[in-house]
Amino acid sequence: MTLRASELQVGDEHTEVVVDDLTRTQIVQYSGASGDYNPLHSDEIFATQVAGFPSVFAHGMLTMGLTGKMVTNYVGDGRLRSFGGRFRAQVWPGDTLTARAEVVDIRSDDDGAGIVELRLTTTNQDGVEVFTGEATATID
Amino acid sequence: MAVQRFPIELGHIMMFARSVGDPNPIYSDEEYAARSEVGHVIAPPTFVQAGAQFDPDWPLRPRIGEPWFGSGRNPTGTPRSADGGGGGSGAGGGGGMARGLHAEQHFEYHRHLRPGDVLRAETRPGKTWEKEGRRAGKLVFSEMIAEYRDQDDELVITARSVGVRTERAPDAAGAGSEEPQ
Repeated sequence: MTLRASELQVGDEHTEVVVDDLTRTQIVQYSGASGDYNPLHSDEIFATQVAGFPSVFAHGMLTMGLTGKMVTNYVGDGRLRSFGGRFRAQVWPGDTLTARAEVVDIRSDDDGAGIVELRLTTTNQDGVEVFTGEATATID
Repeated sequence: MAVQRFPIELGHIMMFARSVGDPNPIYSDEEYAARSEVGHVIAPPTFVQAGAQFDPDWPLRPRIGEPWFGSGRNPTGTPRSADGGGGGSGAGGGGGMARGLHAEQHFEYHRHLRPGDVLRAETRPGKTWEKEGRRAGKLVFSEMIAEYRDQDDELVITARSVGVRTERAPDAAGAGSEEPQ
């Protein structure tokens, strides 16, 4: 899928549920793939008894990776120019996250290529923002 | 992280895409990818973070024969830190992560990765600033810039991460306010 400047408007939105009932196993999968083996994310005994959290919780980068899936589904493969944001709240096993992109600008870069700028917001099932960010991507 | 050699591998990309729940065949199916606009398998947007796998000194990976701060016979494999830091990440645990939290992450893509690339990452510190937090006292933010260059020394991805350290451990049960993870 590619986005076309002629079909885009500031204010357009794209929303996806990027994870429904996050499992501890998926968090472990992320630990293994990313190499971030901090036991806070995979070791319930350490997370609760030593660190004092109610349970293990997701890596911030897992939340960002889940958000990135929504962004690339929207803008198409190989189109991202930039992607970034802030980790706003912890994500726990059982959470369901919804990621939203909103078009905030449509412009051309110095070479004349079309660029869309997106504002990103990922919220949990209680409406709490867990990640907010920005992305830019090439459009046709 | 300082990584001298980060080979971009198809199987690693596939596993990483699975871990973020992304079934897009552009991350695993070479035939599909060859027919796509991009023309080859690429990596998901946050993939370079997995370069930690190739950092020999990465502190958040257990090492053979060395104590690890996760649970085994005991809830933690290392003594609690002398300063009593309780709520932080791996307090006193050799991870260098006591009360250090990942606050922000930003990537700029100069081109997209493909299997067969071999990256090298050079990191340098960026800005540092302070903010008064509501629950954790003074928050000290610091930036780290990582430049990922390919086998031809071309810049492929620039990554900027912001870490935050707190004066005292935030309330562990409180999610949804200023303290990130």
